[in-house]
Amino acid sequence: MTPRLNIIRRRARQNPLMVAGILICIAWIFVSIFAKYVAPYDPLEQSIMERLMGPSSAHLFGTDQLGRDVLSRVLYGGRISLPAGLLVVTSAMIIGTIFGAITGYVGGMADELLMRFTEIFMAFPIIILAMAIAAALGPSVRNAVIAMIVVWWPNYARIVRSLVIQVKSNQYVESAQAIGASPLRILFITILPNCVAPALVMATLDIGNAILIFAGLSFLGVGPEPSAAEWGRMVSDGIDHYDQWWLSAFPGIAIFTAVMALNFIGDGLRDLADPRTRKAVG
Amino acid sequence: MSLYRYLARRLLLLIPLLIGISLVSFLISNALPADPTAANLGERAAADPEIVQAFRDKWGLDDPLYVQYLSYMRNLLKGDMGTSIRSHRPIVDELSKYLPATIELATFGIVISILAGIVFGVISAVWRNRPIDFIVRIISLIGVSAPVFWLALLGLIVLYLRWGIVPGPGRLDARVIPPPNVTGMYTIDSLLAGQWDVFRNALSHLMLPSVVLAAYSVGLITRITRSSMLEVLSQEYMNTARSKGLRERHVILRHGLRNALMPVVTIIGLSYGNLLSGAVLTETIFAWEGIGRYAYNAARTLDFPAIMGVTMLIAIVFVVTNLVVDMLYYFLDPRLRYQG
Repeated sequence: MTPRLNIIRRRARQNPLMVAGILICIAWIFVSIFAKYVAPYDPLEQSIMERLMGPSSAHLFGTDQLGRDVLSRVLYGGRISLPAGLLVVTSAMIIGTIFGAITGYVGGMADELLMRFTEIFMAFPIIILAMAIAAALGPSVRNAVIAMIVVWWPNYARIVRSLVIQVKSNQYVESAQAIGASPLRILFITILPNCVAPALVMATLDIGNAILIFAGLSFLGVGPEPSAAEWGRMVSDGIDHYDQWWLSAFPGIAIFTAVMALNFIGDGLRDLADPRTRKAVG
Repeated sequence: MSLYRYLARRLLLLIPLLIGISLVSFLISNALPADPTAANLGERAAADPEIVQAFRDKWGLDDPLYVQYLSYMRNLLKGDMGTSIRSHRPIVDELSKYLPATIELATFGIVISILAGIVFGVISAVWRNRPIDFIVRIISLIGVSAPVFWLALLGLIVLYLRWGIVPGPGRLDARVIPPPNVTGMYTIDSLLAGQWDVFRNALSHLMLPSVVLAAYSVGLITRITRSSMLEVLSQEYMNTARSKGLRERHVILRHGLRNALMPVVTIIGLSYGNLLSGAVLTETIFAWEGIGRYAYNAARTLDFPAIMGVTMLIAIVFVVTNLVVDMLYYFLDPRLRYQG
């Protein structure tokens, strides 16, 4: 395995941004898991005497309108946003893969139907539809995530479908058919594994996007409950307090760094997966 | 395929799509569990079964869903989208009042994204791996990674409150009287009326919201333009053009950019959808009386006829934009014209 490790090391040197992205991501995951030990205060503890205080040595990121410590809330915030983004994208990918793979492989009427069906969903800008669904279901983290999955999966159905159609025309699929493999076996063992890499690259780039949209929904008030320590929600606290810039600035930076790190990784993965850009970069 | 046949085919395909869009909007606004009676009647009224029943009768809430849908569609064909529960005004009137403000904002946004995105993309492709390329990539990364509502808020705090170089929220200063209504877009209406002061004011109010709104698309278009340009720059015909003695600028813009534009055009349609999405957030922060803010208020109060109308309208705007972009594609790529 050593030559393999060497390749990874060389690639890492070629793509420092991807390495930075991975490090930032690991940092956020670590902070979110161990928020209890990392955060200086309880994110929900109110202290009316200390409300809206600017950054100081006691409260590095200041306090909010209820006197809660902004730094602690930021550190806890990833516990909602990060899993939400991950959950939306993985669920959308699983649902989309099931539908896209089957219709892409079978073709014909089913394929046509799925395409028309997904087109309808693609006609709605994501946040509009998600906002309407989440509002109708009632504002909560769970419902915001459900709303986003409903809007998100058609994307993957279309991508996986086109990948399956591409792979289907390969000769090894024909050979599998020739030796009498069952359609299910061909689809799941022969075709799908060859579609995984591009779909995964897409998904990595997408998680950042999902976190952004989730934060947007939560900013609009159709996500977590008002008191929750969640980044989008915290930025919205800043609307009523223009003078207290730290209320919105810090949670925004948190969203920004997390999404940027994911974009770095996604970009890097795409470069690795695509030999053309790999040559161009090197 | 001739342009007309292509257009006719696309328009025909629009019909099932529009029906689908209306169905989805209808199901979301009417079939989901949230109870509009509780949200729209006061607490005391909601406790009175008679008032609740009157409310349900009035809005046809007890009819089977397909009956509600069919009667909605029948009215829609007559140009009636029902009445808003919140304001008791016809939805059609409200939408036509708020739509121009959003179109104005989104159009400014898309123009900024296209111009900045293409310029940035070309610069960073031509000077690949130089410092300027690095700077441009950072800018485009910020664009695609920063939440639009955060940029909007920071923009307001820094540029409006601290430095005072942009005006505050709203489409005009409070002291300025809106121009006579023709298109509903203040910049155009003020020009039509020859009111330069109003025009300048409307334009200054557009700057920050449209730049913030464009941030994401600028990032997206920059990235696509860069990678597409890089591919084109390595083509043989670029060398051919150079060896003919053409000036470098001419080679890059005429021979390079023109051929690199195709993928960029595709992404523009997508970007417009992003802008419409972003409009919900930006308009809410900038107190912009547009369709995004309207959608937000409708969703917040579970004003279901309004939710239905506004989601449908936005989807239609998006679909039509994509159609226009596809037509553009057709004009830009001669190969498409000759294919079957």
